[in-house]
Amino acid sequence: MTRMLGSDAILRSLEAEGVEVMFGIPGGAILPTYDAIARGTTVRHVLARHEQGAGHMAQGYARASGRVGVAIATSGPGATNLVTPIADAWMDSTPLVCITGQVYSRLIGTDAFQEIDITGITLPCVKHSWLVQDVREIPAVMKAAFHVARSGRPGPVLVDIAKDAQEAELDFNYPDEVDLPGWKPPTKVHERQVREAARAIAEARQPIVYAGGGVLNGDACVELLELIESANLPSVVTLMGKSAIPDSHPLNCGMPGMHGSKFANFALNKSDLIIAVGSRFDDRVTGKVSAFAPGAKVIHFDIDAAEVGKIRSADIPVVGPLKLALRQLTNELKTMLADKPMQTAAWHAQLEEWRGQYPYKYRKGAPGSLIKPQLVMETLRDITAGRNDVIWTTGVGQHQMWAMQYLQCDEPRSFITSGGLGTMGFGVPAAVGAKAARPDATVICVDGDGCFQMTCQELATAALERLPIVVVIVNNGWLGMVRQWQDLFYSERFAETHLTKQVPDYAQLAEALGAAGFTVDHEDDLESTLRAALEAGRTAVVDVRTDPEENCYPMIPAGAAAVDIIEMPDEEEVPS
Amino acid sequence: MSHHTVSVELENKPGALVRISQLFARRGYNIQSLAVGPTERPGISRLTLRVDCSEHTIEQIEKQMHKLVNVLRVVELLPDESVERELALITVGAPPDRRAELIALGDVFGARVADIGREALTFEIVGRPEELDAFEELVRPHGVRELARTGRIGLRRPGPRQSRAQAALT
Ligand SMILES: Cc1ncc(C[n+]2csc(CCOP(=O)(O)OP(=O)(O)O)c2C)c(N)n1
Ligand SMILES: [Mg+2]
Repeated sequence: MTRMLGSDAILRSLEAEGVEVMFGIPGGAILPTYDAIARGTTVRHVLARHEQGAGHMAQGYARASGRVGVAIATSGPGATNLVTPIADAWMDSTPLVCITGQVYSRLIGTDAFQEIDITGITLPCVKHSWLVQDVREIPAVMKAAFHVARSGRPGPVLVDIAKDAQEAELDFNYPDEVDLPGWKPPTKVHERQVREAARAIAEARQPIVYAGGGVLNGDACVELLELIESANLPSVVTLMGKSAIPDSHPLNCGMPGMHGSKFANFALNKSDLIIAVGSRFDDRVTGKVSAFAPGAKVIHFDIDAAEVGKIRSADIPVVGPLKLALRQLTNELKTMLADKPMQTAAWHAQLEEWRGQYPYKYRKGAPGSLIKPQLVMETLRDITAGRNDVIWTTGVGQHQMWAMQYLQCDEPRSFITSGGLGTMGFGVPAAVGAKAARPDATVICVDGDGCFQMTCQELATAALERLPIVVVIVNNGWLGMVRQWQDLFYSERFAETHLTKQVPDYAQLAEALGAAGFTVDHEDDLESTLRAALEAGRTAVVDVRTDPEENCYPMIPAGAAAVDIIEMPDEEEVPS
Repeated sequence: MSHHTVSVELENKPGALVRISQLFARRGYNIQSLAVGPTERPGISRLTLRVDCSEHTIEQIEKQMHKLVNVLRVVELLPDESVERELALITVGAPPDRRAELIALGDVFGARVADIGREALTFEIVGRPEELDAFEELVRPHGVRELARTGRIGLRRPGPRQSRAQAALT
């Protein structure tokens, strides 16, 4: 038991939780805690340039490491700037502890300067939140915050701490146990359900695993691989699940959904058994739900009971930790298959036919023409081939979908993107956070020109905090994905989507923010410039000017059946 | 669509109730009635919610509520296995010449007269929510000036499952 200030207690709590780094920006209501930072802590503080950046950095850190990310901000505008990352972390189940200062207790409710009800604002997108007005609550609340953020289905929590609680004294003792009688995430799985699942798999003729981000969150990549290999089960992998099993694995059938391959969508939709593992039948995957996989039975593995049966009813629900569930499933299945092997040869033959028939494709540019964005991805993929130290982050838009289609991710947690919320501006700060988590990794952000302009100020953070990242801007001069919708669904009325490629000059902007800037206009310079940026040894930005008219295919229009896929219009021959 | 009554035990912490109502609002569930009050255990409140929704939705509601950190228990109160009561205060127009008739009517339903004014009287009635509905209908022709209902509260019946005969008694 040590007598100390509330502000110091916050830091001692973070230290007790093993936090290495926090991302934030100070201000009046959190100043006592920053003063405690000045007094000393083992937790590294990374000074972001915008609280949204701090929040996405904490997310990037969490997604790259599997640990809880920590962001810290002041009251009022500092707190509201954290709302987007909190919502993003909520949608993508990222464990996050956000600490915000709040005005003095006696001022709460008076519309005091920089007072905002941040626990109220964030209510729909946190797992839980606390408003701390009594200094003595700090240790237990911090303990509970970390526990809730990481246990069960991970997600964001918010701890809003009044300034007087930071300034008052307490006898500090970090509790060993959490006192949360109402928080009971499942720790076991129902054996009978697992056995039933195994039986259904053993009997299926056209089974498909549908793996999502829960596999990464549940640290179940090894177990999933073991499952699919032991039963020779093909698997589609969602955007959030990318890297959970290697992209190069022969059983990986790629990504289903709006911009997934026809192959993956057919594999999922024409199966007779869907084994959903940590995935949630998102509308971007299912398309029109009533037309989705009409002939399939569903086994649904998830840590969150509320996801099971939410969109598509599950014939065999299995609620519990995926790691445990998959391990048990594999054991059961191995025993069953010893007597009677899987009868899936015809299905595998069909899948391989589709795989050959429906690769991602694009029309290569004529020599000297504008660079095709897909070529940027292929080049990035090729120059990083064979490396296991690369982590990709992305913005949101066409470039994100091309990154998903073409980049090859074989290591878990090597693809970090904003899936559920689709937050433009996620890429750069998430990359900084990933670099903080994995300093020896090469972190590359594939960004759009629109996205980049939303959070590029964090390049200064990357440069000054010695967290070098490489940003590759697919500069098509447009809010490309929106342009694509206008092109396809709004009769080419391109309202307010033109950004221009020239303003800003991204290379100059990069230099101004302390990074190296490169510009590529011609295909011939693409590979050498990307290599130069990767070898620059400091934060670098490559502005790649690409063909603005290139659309991302295939595409399932929103609300259409997942098999009604728009393919690349082929009025011309596609050169191989 | 069908009626469902859900009983929720929750920690009596600041914001606990808001989290529940927020959940309902955000997921588009419609609350017909909601009553909250203390339980036999200090620091723990009981909430009785009435919702009209499908079986699928009620299952979702229960699962979503389970995830709230302050929620300790969620059970659906099935009609045969639970006791439900509600209290209503109803002020009815009652000129002196109609008073006796109204009071007699109230007697039949076990409604007590809580207050009498010159031109109106206030009934207090406790019963199953359907009984309250029936009484309300009955006095309506006399002119209901104001009405307040607490929203139903309920508990599971104690002990083993009840026979239909016992259920009919209450
Ligand atoms: C914060 C935010 N605002 C708006 C959108 C809607 N939106 C989705 S993609 C997109 C365009 C992105 O443009 P850019 O970064 O240039 O990527 P591109 O599609 O051109 O590759 C927009 C505006 C969004 N997803 N997020
Ligand atoms: Mg663009």
